[in-house]
Amino acid sequence: MAEVKTEILAKYKAKVFKSRKDHILEVDKSKEQIIAANTRAIPGIMTNRGCCYAGCKGVVLGPLKDTLVLTHGPIGCGFYSWGTRRNKARADADGSNYVQYCFSTDMQEPDIVFGGDNKLKKAIEEGFKLFNPKRIMICSTCPVGLIGDDIHAVAAWAESEFGVTCVAFSCEGYKGVSQSAGHHIANNGLMKRIIGTDDREYPAKFKVNLLGEYNIGGDGWETERILKKIGYGVVAVFTGDGALADIARSHKADLNLVQCHRSINYVAEMMKSAFGTNWLKVNFIGLKSIAQTLRNISEFFGDNQIKERTEAVLEEEMAAISGDLAHYRERLQGHKAAIFVGGSRSHHYQDLLRDYGVTTVLAGYEFGHRDDYEGRRVIPDIKEDADSKNIENLVIDKDLRYRAFLSPERADELKNAIGLENYEGMIRDMEDGTFVVDDLNHYETEAFVKFLKPDIFFSGIKDKYVIQKGGILSRQLHSYDYSGPYSGFKGSIIFGQDLTMGLYAPAWKLVKAPWKQKPISPNQEGESKEPTNSERLGEKDHA
Amino acid sequence: MLDQTPMEVMERKALRINPLKTCQPVGALYAALGVRRCMPHSHGSQGCVSYHRTFLTRHFKEPAVASSSSFTEGASVFGGGSNLRSSVKNIFDLYDPDIIAVHTTCLSETIGDDLNSLILEMEIPDDKIVVHCNTPSYVGSHIHGHANMVAGFIRYLADKRAPKSDRVGLFPGFVNPGDIREFKRLLSLMDIDFITLPDQTGVLDGPMTGVYEMFPEGGTTIDDIRALGGVKLALAMGEFCSTEPALALKTKCKIDSLVMPLPMGVNLTDSFLMALSEISKKPIPKELEDERGRLIDLMLDANPYFHDRECAIFGDPDTVLGLTSLALELGLKPKYLVTGTPGEAFEKKGAALLESYGALAGAKVKAAGDLFELHQWIKNEPVDLLIGTSYGKQIAKAENIPFVRAGFPILDRYGHAYQALVGYEGALKLAVKIADAIMDRMDSDCADEDLELVM
Repeated sequence: MAEVKTEILAKYKAKVFKSRKDHILEVDKSKEQIIAANTRAIPGIMTNRGCCYAGCKGVVLGPLKDTLVLTHGPIGCGFYSWGTRRNKARADADGSNYVQYCFSTDMQEPDIVFGGDNKLKKAIEEGFKLFNPKRIMICSTCPVGLIGDDIHAVAAWAESEFGVTCVAFSCEGYKGVSQSAGHHIANNGLMKRIIGTDDREYPAKFKVNLLGEYNIGGDGWETERILKKIGYGVVAVFTGDGALADIARSHKADLNLVQCHRSINYVAEMMKSAFGTNWLKVNFIGLKSIAQTLRNISEFFGDNQIKERTEAVLEEEMAAISGDLAHYRERLQGHKAAIFVGGSRSHHYQDLLRDYGVTTVLAGYEFGHRDDYEGRRVIPDIKEDADSKNIENLVIDKDLRYRAFLSPERADELKNAIGLENYEGMIRDMEDGTFVVDDLNHYETEAFVKFLKPDIFFSGIKDKYVIQKGGILSRQLHSYDYSGPYSGFKGSIIFGQDLTMGLYAPAWKLVKAPWKQKPISPNQEGESKEPTNSERLGEKDHA
Repeated sequence: MLDQTPMEVMERKALRINPLKTCQPVGALYAALGVRRCMPHSHGSQGCVSYHRTFLTRHFKEPAVASSSSFTEGASVFGGGSNLRSSVKNIFDLYDPDIIAVHTTCLSETIGDDLNSLILEMEIPDDKIVVHCNTPSYVGSHIHGHANMVAGFIRYLADKRAPKSDRVGLFPGFVNPGDIREFKRLLSLMDIDFITLPDQTGVLDGPMTGVYEMFPEGGTTIDDIRALGGVKLALAMGEFCSTEPALALKTKCKIDSLVMPLPMGVNLTDSFLMALSEISKKPIPKELEDERGRLIDLMLDANPYFHDRECAIFGDPDTVLGLTSLALELGLKPKYLVTGTPGEAFEKKGAALLESYGALAGAKVKAAGDLFELHQWIKNEPVDLLIGTSYGKQIAKAENIPFVRAGFPILDRYGHAYQALVGYEGALKLAVKIADAIMDRMDSDCADEDLELVM
């Protein structure tokens, strides 16, 4: 298969070739493999990546329901990040649910020329009068940083003027190389200003936070359902259906469960340094992963009752879905998948696909770092570059409230036993001969589809129809094509159902007109010899 | 839903809530997709183009290709010239379009990159073209971005020495491929040879074939854009969308344009066809008269269900004005007309339209408005029907109001991009949808004994 990489790269001219060659690797676990990641996108090459603002406002802060998130900039950025990411939220006890709203300063030319500070102040004042929010977050877009608006000073002014918590995030789109920089900036702001600001105890014996769970399609709700059923108290979710009010006392939890490693590992690490909160990489996507995750959590708490309860819940939940699981597995097994999503899902979903007997032939992250691919052990080796240097790395001191839940011996033991405070990365779980591609671009998507012939390509909206037009099923793993949840036991079945529905859609068989399949006259133009997905599917039984 | 929206309307000077517009670049990107083998290129950070491609794809359910200069912090400080040069080289090398259409962003506008000289000074292969337009996101809206890109193509390419032809230029405005197909059909029926710029048919409503083409067989050809310099007249549809292209053609090639409203509903389609008839010196064919007749027939048949129902119409300015004209003809009472795009002309024209039906009293017409304010108005004085883009669905749910989707964008329903709103056919289909929405509500709301089998 090594020729696949060579052939794909062959189309690039020297400079692009040089930039791209280390972002593509064929898995060979007999070797120590290094992948290039978190480096600049190449101008003109169609990347799927978004920007720093998208990572900060769009991903991490956007889902907060008790917070007025105000975009300071021209209208576009605020508009696009309104209601489009499926981070579901139910109104708080006090009825507030800001997720349904888009707030922007809608900067105009005079604001760019003369500065936008005053408009920002005025907007906060108006927002305060209309909604009386307790918390306001300001997110800046590209021009704000360039014209030098001091949004942090405005935030301080708002706090003294209105008695609200107001935090500013300088997440201008040009910072960093992708959404990833924005995650980091958002993490920093939450750590500096929110986490640990409310010392009320959380009334539960086994307390966890759920980190990097954005409740897309209701994933977080299904995960919480399982955790609560076993007997855990979920102090705060970062940040799906989340509230800053909860995050303020998240340091009261004993364990941070990290679902999306990429977007939230900074908070996990910083809370460990400040408060001693342990963290555990979890995966609630895929049945075997969920079982492993739940057993790891119960092992952390080391309580026999919770261990027994874990086994009982696993048994009960698995029994409830076993019929459906077998039904969809029969229809899905033997298919091949490619996955290209943001920063952690490309790993998570391989587990779920494996449950259904679907093999993954290609996986990649849009904005992952080397540790997401190779595991956290490579972090000390990652060289800072001009772009990553500009993103602040907070130095966190031990807080007075620091408490170690585990004895040092037990902590050491658990590092090995359950991978406490570690993430081994995606590559380790992939088969030899499969491909890992970082920042997969439009051309490479087309090329890999041609070479690897997956039956299904999981990606986002920008290339969904590129792939579908080429006769291959594409499902969005950012938005789940408006379905979901896909997490947990129930979500696994919905995923299997959606995948089956997609692969066996009757219209696949109709793509080619009958007269194209069997030329009516000998002169009629023949089509390609390669069977399309629809034709391949035509040979299989229907669901 | 939207439970925090207070009834009391407070004047806002700085805070935009639930906008009804977006920024210029997405309009430019959409326009550029309507030129054959054209790669739209966003000169800014890659987040912009990511949002724009996403947004367009969600509306059209079709691929929307475009590239970016992928600014970093360094480029933002030192200028984006080198990023643009690399982009152009990489795009021609890898994707091989015939033309790259660059638009700016708030980032490149704020740092003041001079696209004219950057393009003049860069190496461009002999058989390839690079054009640009300025689309500062902090001025106007996506509508202006579209207009600016179309004007950009004209400024760069329309050839004043092009042989004078009998053809007519058509700037269809910011409309769906379905509308452009209808425009083309109407012009063909009127026996007029034309050049449409842009033309997204075949690009953003491409058929499923099992083969993906980055540059499908659609879009205005470069030769046709050049030939715009020799047309006898251009039809500029929609004052907000198409005045800029009309001016550009006049300035560059001394060609006059007829700026007309988008032909939605009976009156505006009548005027459009009469203008075409004037141009072609041919009568309006019976086929179109029959279409008109069928529309009027339906309007009369279903009139009792339209009569005096109050509605809110919101979206892009030209579209809202067109829809309002149709709504008035149907017998509806448009109570609120809102666009997020700034422009006093919208308010004047909207008010005049309502006035001509004696429907201005108690109505509100607002440019540079937003959905938050519209919702507040509705909370104070409700309406029976909403007509507008997908973003209205929150209000429809919050206030339990029947909702007919029309305009841009429709993110949550399928097939809208195929359907025309213009022409008699477009009006007929929309009138049916409106009647259905109203009558479905009557059926679901009424007591069992009042359910009418025949209506």
